[in-house]
Formats: sequence, structure tokens, C-alpha cells
Amino acid sequence: MSDTLPNREQPDSPAQEVPTAKEQDVALSTKHSPPAFEDGTETPEPAISLRYERLNTWYGAFQALHDVHMNVPQRQVMALIGPSGCGKSTLLRWTNRMNDTVPDARADGVLQLDDLDILARSTDVVDLRRRVGMVFQKPNPFPKSIYDNVAFGPKLHLKIARHELDELVEWSLRKAAVWDEVKDRLHQPALSLSGGQQQRLCIARAIATGPEVLLMDEPCSALDPASTARIEDLIFELKQQYTIVIVTHNMQQASRVSDRTAFFYQGRVVEVGETTDIFTRPQKKETEDYVTGKFG
Amino acid sequence: MTKHLQRDLESVYNDLLSLSAKVEEMIDRAASALLERRHDLAAKVIAADEAVDRREVRIEEECLKILALHQPVAIDLRRIASVMKINNDLERIADLAVNIAERSLSLDEFLHFPVPQKMSRMVSLSTQMVRDSLDAFVNLDTSAAKRIMSMDDSINELNVEVIQELQSLMQSQPEMVVPALHCFSASRHIERIGDHATNIAEDVIYLVAGDIVRHKPIQPPSS
Repeated sequence: MSDTLPNREQPDSPAQEVPTAKEQDVALSTKHSPPAFEDGTETPEPAISLRYERLNTWYGAFQALHDVHMNVPQRQVMALIGPSGCGKSTLLRWTNRMNDTVPDARADGVLQLDDLDILARSTDVVDLRRRVGMVFQKPNPFPKSIYDNVAFGPKLHLKIARHELDELVEWSLRKAAVWDEVKDRLHQPALSLSGGQQQRLCIARAIATGPEVLLMDEPCSALDPASTARIEDLIFELKQQYTIVIVTHNMQQASRVSDRTAFFYQGRVVEVGETTDIFTRPQKKETEDYVTGKFG
Repeated sequence: MTKHLQRDLESVYNDLLSLSAKVEEMIDRAASALLERRHDLAAKVIAADEAVDRREVRIEEECLKILALHQPVAIDLRRIASVMKINNDLERIADLAVNIAERSLSLDEFLHFPVPQKMSRMVSLSTQMVRDSLDAFVNLDTSAAKRIMSMDDSINELNVEVIQELQSLMQSQPEMVVPALHCFSASRHIERIGDHATNIAEDVIYLVAGDIVRHKPIQPPSS
């Protein structure tokens, strides 16, 4: 099978049309790929996918995030690091409005996905979550078959014929590097898979709806080293097409997989920059102390 | 984790400082062998080299072990990277001390050959640079490191003057060509010691500030 996502039709609004993988790939190779510079010294600024400005959030009277200002460039991996309770997960949860269900949770400031104001009341949360996929710490497949786990989102969001759905499921599972291991048992329960396979299935489920951004909240912390390595390889593959924000407590993982790293402490962004700089010559003492394991 | 890393780092620091003490002693002895015709000391310098080589390998192995086991980042990474580079420079300085000692032995046949006075100044400058660069490393002193880097110019100038002096000597007294060439080489070796001390000073700046200043013009020390 080719690496092409089948064409799909939107159920109601043509404005919500999801680009096919082929279109995305074409867009990658033409519009977004940086022009080559012969001397290799200059590269253009990448477009911004997620924009956080003066973002303050609260759980009741407790302020969880203070004046967060940060941009996540398109098709890059941004790692969020910091000790427990520093606000990393809160930031992820606001990015696809998962805190809507938390009583007393509120946010103020700018949080944009391209032109979409994520925090606006008018924002369609279901559509937002199609554009911003989420992968959790513990693999959480639905208690359904492997096939139905991946098909669930597209069935909900897209008007799609059966054979197209088959192709989409295969495409997603291939993209998530789990196809070869599950192709002969697509209709068996997803919960029969190993932890690493379940996590890759969850990634397949997240990309099946054609998102622009993938949020990953400690996606490898429940996995063994081999499965962790597979997910990390996968993150590298996926960033060709998606913007990825990953929360991790594993410093080596942050330094391996990410292009940029943001260090959070007590609800504030202490330092954000190129991952290489954060791990070789951080500018702030707090960052230095955290990455070298002196606290946290 | 951090305690294990700190303990291993301290251990490798101590090894490096002990190596530097040995190498400083070798430079002193090689200089005396050359300037005071102490061939007994020359033999000691040559004999010491093997131990220095072994220590250099041991320190490198320790550093590689720390890199593999602790995967240090930020200041810890820069510490290990600096230790590895300084270790390498110290081993090269020891080799140069051996080269100087060998030249001094070759000069033994030419007792009437006048070793240029300026070489004594070169030796004391280069010895001071090595000593100060290690002090700057221990004290994380970038101002001292920058001072050391600017001292290298003085050694280079003295080296040029010594070579000119030797050229004149060879032209006026052709029988002095052989000892003058030995002396010429020794002068080059002393000058190279200054270069390695400069490398160490540059590593101190990298260690403290994270900037690689090699091949860049020297900024004057701030103080």
C-alpha cells in the first residue's frame, strides 16, 4: 500500500476538509520546506503552529500558569520539562481544551493554533481535538478491536466509505509503526496488545483524524526501553508531518527527540530555546540545576 | 544519581590535577636539563613519560565511563569535556618536555655552545602558563584564562627572536650549526608548550561560559 491517506469527505462543512497525506506531503515538499542555501548558513524562520502569549490559568484560587509566553514552530518537536506540579500538563490540557470539564478551571491570555483562538467560547472543541491529537502517559485504547480503535475518530469526524476507512486504518497503523505487528489480528481486542504496541495504537488513533499537532504527555513512562526507543524513532518520523509537544521527565529523552525545550518551574517558563543549548549551556541557573539533577 | 556523578567527577578531577603536577615537574626538569646542562634530570624526564601516558589513558577511560553511565548535561557535560581535552593537552606537554630533554642530551657534546638567554625567559613563561591555566581551571577563573591566552604572544615573539639569534650564530660560526639546530628545535618545543597551555585556558572559558573561543580574537580580561 502506498503512503497515501485515502480521500475523505466531510459530513457537513467543506471548510473543515482534512488534507490528504499526499496533499500534506506535497505541501511539505513545496510550500513549507526551507529553500536550500548553498553555504548552509541561513535557514528561514519556521512558521509558528502554536502560540502562547500572556497565558495565565487557574484551578479555583490556585494559579497554575503565570504569563506563559512561548511559540511552537511547525513540524518541530517541543519538549516541556520541569519538576512535578510545574504546569507542563496543565499547558497540554489547555491546548486541546481538556480542562473544559474541570470545574473552576479558567484561563486568560492568548492560545492560538494558527489562526484559531483555542480559548474562544465559539471554538468547536470537537473540531479542535481533531486538529490537536493527544497521547497519554498510560496507553488507553478503547475496549474495542484494534481496527475499531483507529476507525473511531474518522467515523465520528469524516464521511467515509468502508474501503476508504480500511485504507485509512492501515495508513494510520503504518504511520505509527505498528501495522506489521497487528495486520493479522485487526479484529482482536486492542487490550490484548503489549504496552508498547498499545501506545503506538493510540498514536495511530490520534493521527487517523488528520491532526496538525500531537500532544504527548509522558508517552514512554510506562514502557520498557525497547518500546521507548520505537516511540522515540516514531516521534522523529512523525515530525515530518506534525507539530509535536511532548511532556517528559526523562532528560535524555527530551534531549534526544526534541528540537526545542521549554523548562517550566512553579508555573512559569524559566527558559525556552534550542534543545542543544538547554542541555549544553543553559542561560538560567534554575535550568542548569534542573537538567543536571540538582533539584526536582 | 547526582551524588554518584559528583563522586566520579571529583575522582577524575583529582587524577587530572595529579597528572598536571607531574607534567609541571617534567617541564621544570627539562628546562634545567637544557639551561643548566643537567643531563641527570633529562634522563628522569624521559623515564617519566611512560607513567604519564598510562595516566592519560586511565583518565580518558574514566571520562568515557562517566559519559556512558551518567550521560551528563550542561555544566557536568562541560566538566567532562574539559577534563578530556586538558588531559590530552597535558600528555602532549609531557611529550614536549621529553623532546626538550632529548635535545638537551644532544647538546651535551657541545659544551661551548651558548644557549640563548631568551630561552630561559621562554621556559619560565611557558611553565607559568601551564601552572596558571590549571589554577584557572580549578578556580573557574575566565579572567585568568584570558590573561594566559594573551601571554602566548610573548612566547611566540621570544621564539622568533631566539631563532633569529641562532640563524646569526650559524652564519657566523658554521661549526655551531648542529647544536644550533638542536637548540632551534628545543625553542619550538617550548613555544608549543605555550600553545597547549593556551588550549587549556580556552577550555576553561568553555567550561565556565559554554563558549568555544578557539580561533577567535582574544578579548582582553575584564578585570
